[in-house]
Amino acid sequence: MIDVLYFAWVRERIGLPRERVETSAATPRDLVAELVAREDRYALAFADLSALRVALDQDLADFDAPLAGVREVAFFPPMTGG
Amino acid sequence: MTVRVQSAPFDFGAEGAAFAAGLPSGAVVTFTGLVRDPGGLVAMEIEHYPGMTERAIGAIVAEATARWSLDGALVIHRHGRLPPGEPIMMVATAARHRAEAFQAAEFLMDYLKSRAPFWKKEIGADGEEWVAARDADEDALSRW
Repeated sequence: MIDVLYFAWVRERIGLPRERVETSAATPRDLVAELVAREDRYALAFADLSALRVALDQDLADFDAPLAGVREVAFFPPMTGG
Repeated sequence: MTVRVQSAPFDFGAEGAAFAAGLPSGAVVTFTGLVRDPGGLVAMEIEHYPGMTERAIGAIVAEATARWSLDGALVIHRHGRLPPGEPIMMVATAARHRAEAFQAAEFLMDYLKSRAPFWKKEIGADGEEWVAARDADEDALSRW
């Protein structure tokens, strides 16, 4: 099981801020593919991965980084702080 | 080094004065970002990622203190619903001379814009819109 968090318009499109997901995905990219296969709202949120960022256990990471041992994955658009 | 992530307003004058009190520095630089109103803005809604926010800002401040010889650094960033004109965030840096204080403050600002997990949404009278990240903000990191 892994905690998956969504922020900003990714959260709005999927319709929830976080969920627990049973997965054997090796990378965030694989996890996205599993979610997209589930329901249209995921396909809508993940339509363009180049417009998204991913964090693994609260550190920015690559979509092809290993998920082994990771407890928390977060998907969000590019940040707009400051 | 102080990092605060909060929904409450802050007084940037009082924060700057408190930051500078007792420091041996010859230079203190402060920057405050306000909610800009391009016309018709009702509020700015700022979402963040609790936990990662503090972690990411802490890493940015640590990088600044490794690059410049600072006597102090302060970052305050708000989240939640903010009306036009209110302060969103501030940075303050203190150093022996002004060049280091200015550079460190600019570095903090550049990284806070695109490496700290905040997302802004403009709430207008006619609807809402997420603020898109600007290429210029990402490009600004390359100078460091």
